[in-house]
Amino acid sequence: MKAKDVLGRRGEAVAADYLTQLGLRVIDRNWKCPSGEIDIVAIDRGTLVVVEVKTRSSLDYGHPFEAINAAKLARLYALASQWARAHDLRFSGFRVDAVAVLDTGVDAPRVEHLRAVS
Amino acid sequence: MSLGRTYAVALMGLDGSLIEVEADIGQSLPNFVILGLPDASLNESRDRIRAAAKNAGIPLSARKITVNLIPASLPKRGSGFDLAILMAALRANGDIRDTGNTVFLSEVGLDGRLRPVRGVLPAVIAAVDSGHGDIVVARENLAEAELVPGARVLGFDSVAAALLHFGAKPQELTLPTASPQRPDTDGARSAPERPALDMADIAGQAEPRFAVEIAAAGAHHLMMMGPPGAGKTMIAERLPGLLPDLNDAHAMEATAIHSLAGAAASCRELLRRPPFENPHHSATPAAIIGGGSGIPRPGAASRAHRGVLFLDEAPEYERRVLDALRQPLESGSLVIHRAVGAAAYPARFQLVLAANPCPCGLASGKGANCTCTAQQRRRYFGRLSGPLLDRVDLQLTVQRVSMADYSTNEASESTATVARRVAEARAAQRERLQRWGLSTNSEVPGTILKKELKLPESVVRPLNDAMRRETITARGYDRVLKVAWTMADLRGLTQPGPNEILEAQQLRQQVVTS
Repeated sequence: MKAKDVLGRRGEAVAADYLTQLGLRVIDRNWKCPSGEIDIVAIDRGTLVVVEVKTRSSLDYGHPFEAINAAKLARLYALASQWARAHDLRFSGFRVDAVAVLDTGVDAPRVEHLRAVS
Repeated sequence: MSLGRTYAVALMGLDGSLIEVEADIGQSLPNFVILGLPDASLNESRDRIRAAAKNAGIPLSARKITVNLIPASLPKRGSGFDLAILMAALRANGDIRDTGNTVFLSEVGLDGRLRPVRGVLPAVIAAVDSGHGDIVVARENLAEAELVPGARVLGFDSVAAALLHFGAKPQELTLPTASPQRPDTDGARSAPERPALDMADIAGQAEPRFAVEIAAAGAHHLMMMGPPGAGKTMIAERLPGLLPDLNDAHAMEATAIHSLAGAAASCRELLRRPPFENPHHSATPAAIIGGGSGIPRPGAASRAHRGVLFLDEAPEYERRVLDALRQPLESGSLVIHRAVGAAAYPARFQLVLAANPCPCGLASGKGANCTCTAQQRRRYFGRLSGPLLDRVDLQLTVQRVSMADYSTNEASESTATVARRVAEARAAQRERLQRWGLSTNSEVPGTILKKELKLPESVVRPLNDAMRRETITARGYDRVLKVAWTMADLRGLTQPGPNEILEAQQLRQQVVTS
């Protein structure tokens, strides 16, 4: 596994813990289909939450959130409904969240969370 | 606190409007939006601001920053909003304290330095007028901004220095250690002083000298026709030297135009001497009256405001250029309409026209060597339309300097001597005209000439005759009176006599066109 993938996995684990602490129920991780991958799928009081996690080891190449662009968001919205169809589940609504993890490897990872990004 | 508010100024011509800059930080993915009709250069400021803030040590928030420029319907352009937007964005993130009513007028560089902008003087005037006396500018603009009475101006070299002033944490800031050498506008770059143009340089030419003295004393427009080498340009260039210094209000107007028309930070003090504009005869209407894409910029006519606009080879100008001058000659201002809006610039200049007697220039005196056909000559002067010439009070023919005048050792009168007489004549005019709020004879409307300043019938009889024969228009009639009044003022008379009327008529009729 490449270093960047190790970092990504670690970031996703940190993000999942963080969301659980917030009271969300994480029900799926790294779900893949031909049109892409969802990092974390969670449920927040009946709402389906598709979470994109971005992890960086420093801010030298910009803030992790800056890497989430409009095309990526559009894909996540499409994936959310695909995931629901694939699992034959119905929800009162769905949203896309973004979690940025800054993991310098020295201090504890810093987590930032944006709800319902668009 | 996720809202920051600062102030800037949008200029439409010389009229500035106070702009409220609001910045909001939304909990959403990083983005930077500017609302409120920004033009391309203002939209580019997003990238300048992001880099400048980072290099000053306090990066912008990694969230969605929405900047609104109020009033949203007024088109805004240029880079002068950079600092105001940056300060609002950082205030919204809580990095600095509230900047209150401070107005920010500066561009930022990627390296976090503050850059001077054009038009600081009119912008500061507008800010002070709307009750915002605290101004922040780039250091190069400091001297210009401080010219405005009532402005409390701060000049900074860098974004970091400005942030420090407004309460940013010093340990976070990256203050530039030594500011890189910038061209010094005080010393090295200023051109060597040109030798002053003095009336004493003109040999002989008694009549043109008298005409230019009258022009200076009464602020009359002047047209000179004569062969090449007769000294028309020499005489015209010496007119500004005869004019008195501009008073505070006029100096402020003239400096404001030059602040907008010139390079950024080119004004350091008030323009006290009347400006002299000498455009080339290939100039377009936009170059003379103002124009350009977006919000129109002032042209030569406005840059000559409160000074002299000299059109050498006047018949070589395009006819529409010459006719475009008729409006400012009457109203003293120019309104230029473009898609984004209309800009009004003052343009109260003294017009000096010079022309050759014909296209080849040899038709003076006997005109023996002239190669022009009659038709060519007619067409040449046809460009100078009647309505334009009708507004020119003084029209005279300049002859070649005679050998006797040229070789004489007798010195002509110097500019200083003539300027003293001009100043006295101006004082006499002010005293007579102040009750109507006027200061020079050229401004006096016909109604006052015909009522309060009415001359006895015996004095104006030759003029009345000319009017009856229809050799002079009603406007021409008034203009002869104005010139006669100026002559009387120069000679220390209480009012013009028959001599002044006749001489004034002479100085109007010598140039026969077509």
